[in-house]
Amino acid sequence: MAVESNVIDAAGPYDRAKALSAFKLGDVTFYWITRLSAISVLLILGGIIISLIVGALPAIQEFGISFLWTQRWAPSADPPVLGALGPIYGTLVTSFIAMLIAIPVGLGIAIFLTELCPQWLRRPIGMAVELLAGIPSIIYGMWGFFVLGPFLANTFQPFMIRVFDGVPVLGAIFAGPPSYLSLFNAALILAIMVLPFITSISVDVFKTVPPVLKEAAYGVGCTTWEVVRSVVIPYTRVGIIGGVMLALGRALGETMAVTFIIGNSFRISSSIFAPGTTISAAIASEFAESDGLHQSGLILLGLLLFVLTFFVLAAARLMLLRLETKAGK
Amino acid sequence: MSEMSVSVSAPSVHPGSQPLPEAPAKVTARNLNFYYGDHHALKNINLALGTNRVTAFIGPSGCGKSTLLRIFNRMYDLYPGQRADGQLLLDHTNILDPKLDLNLLRARVGMVFQKPTPFPMTIYENIAFGIRLYEKISKSEMDDRVEKALRGGALWNEVKDKLNASGLSLSGGQQQRLCIARTVAVRPEVILFDEPCSALDPISTAKVEELIQELSENYTIAIVTHNMQQAARVSDKTAFMYLGELIEFDDTSKIFTSPSDRRTQDYITGRFG
Repeated sequence: MAVESNVIDAAGPYDRAKALSAFKLGDVTFYWITRLSAISVLLILGGIIISLIVGALPAIQEFGISFLWTQRWAPSADPPVLGALGPIYGTLVTSFIAMLIAIPVGLGIAIFLTELCPQWLRRPIGMAVELLAGIPSIIYGMWGFFVLGPFLANTFQPFMIRVFDGVPVLGAIFAGPPSYLSLFNAALILAIMVLPFITSISVDVFKTVPPVLKEAAYGVGCTTWEVVRSVVIPYTRVGIIGGVMLALGRALGETMAVTFIIGNSFRISSSIFAPGTTISAAIASEFAESDGLHQSGLILLGLLLFVLTFFVLAAARLMLLRLETKAGK
Repeated sequence: MSEMSVSVSAPSVHPGSQPLPEAPAKVTARNLNFYYGDHHALKNINLALGTNRVTAFIGPSGCGKSTLLRIFNRMYDLYPGQRADGQLLLDHTNILDPKLDLNLLRARVGMVFQKPTPFPMTIYENIAFGIRLYEKISKSEMDDRVEKALRGGALWNEVKDKLNASGLSLSGGQQQRLCIARTVAVRPEVILFDEPCSALDPISTAKVEELIQELSENYTIAIVTHNMQQAARVSDKTAFMYLGELIEFDDTSKIFTSPSDRRTQDYITGRFG
């Protein structure tokens, strides 16, 4: 016993309790630094919402709730009339079409890359997808303006009009004079822009499927398609929906490329080949030369986009919840 | 000396185990070789799985037991660089034929894995899923088949009130029996078990072993196991493999009481492996 206590005394210079208390101070500091970082997110978010509301207040008082369903946008009329229906419509339609195209194509690429692709082709395609994500949005805008626009107006639209001429609803959707600038052009560009999000997140989550689970499915005699549809996608649905929502968030808010090619028209047309506008495109193209009530109206548009995105995310959560109950969790 | 240690520590063979009469071969391997890229993993395997018999594969890790099992349903085909040559027959079908319909082969040769692998769907769907791949049947017929399969997997009484719960909500042992039921539901001829109990507790293990015995009345069974007592308990024939070679293949009672190869004896008495 005595020997042991001597040993501990000999360790005097390296006082354990003291060393530990120094660590403890570090721990407390660390705790507060991380905590403050987390709180700052809430502060920034709250601050943005408040300043948006303050900026939008004049417009809210002037136009009230009818701002949501007024189509006319005439800031220089006397008195000025501002309505958000055009931008809201354009935002929803372009994002919807973009997701309609990007989800199947993006998932298709991801499935090909993880399940079917020969090893040597995997890297080139994977890198191409990642490069697609790295292209600045203004370049997409220019490409849409100079290449995609003319092609759509001169070739694709006449073809669609010919095919669907006389068909009740579809005919109206594709009708109208050819235009380089259109909702559809913007939607296509958006689809290309969000594709890498969907693909790379899907590839990542597909890789988390345990090989033995796939083997089990092949083991009861599934084809690759059946394995993907019944095992891989259900197993990874939370991740896939997360990727899709991220992509949708980007599509709703994307500004530069869309402003370039959508035509900035506040009129709502039944045709997806007609020019239109989105919330962010309207703000971007008019904010610099706006003042007073006009500017306040644009800020209100921004607030609406905020709310819209919030609802989309909430809807996604709800969908996930329902999927989980359906799968019997 | 060595004889004594055999009689003391070799696992006891299941009671009343008179070797069953020779059964006609269901799966026959002749000069079967297997390669992982350049690595020669299985060397000249010759054996036959008897119809409606249980054949156990034992041997130290890495000896090729699981590899051999994965040739029987061509599971290795999923991975590039793995190939087999020689002859492997299921009845008169050449399993190694590159033009063979793999989906059909895997319907005839089912597999149960080391870890339970329920699909991410309800218990009912886990069973119905496999059936639907091959047959179009009405809802009531499907209910029948699902019940039958779950009874076959000795799981019906535990899950009949929660068929719509997720397969993942079951315990490990129940999940494994669900996987067995799923395999049985497709009506295979051969069932491969790849260490089916290594992730299970002793009670679940006992249930699965009992189930394997029952299944052997209707199915040809191959089981890979690290547990020699298990091999002794459930199997009719045992194959001892070592370093990619089939060292000894004989009646289970013979392997565990008087093996003819020195290496088999060393392995079952625990001297290596």
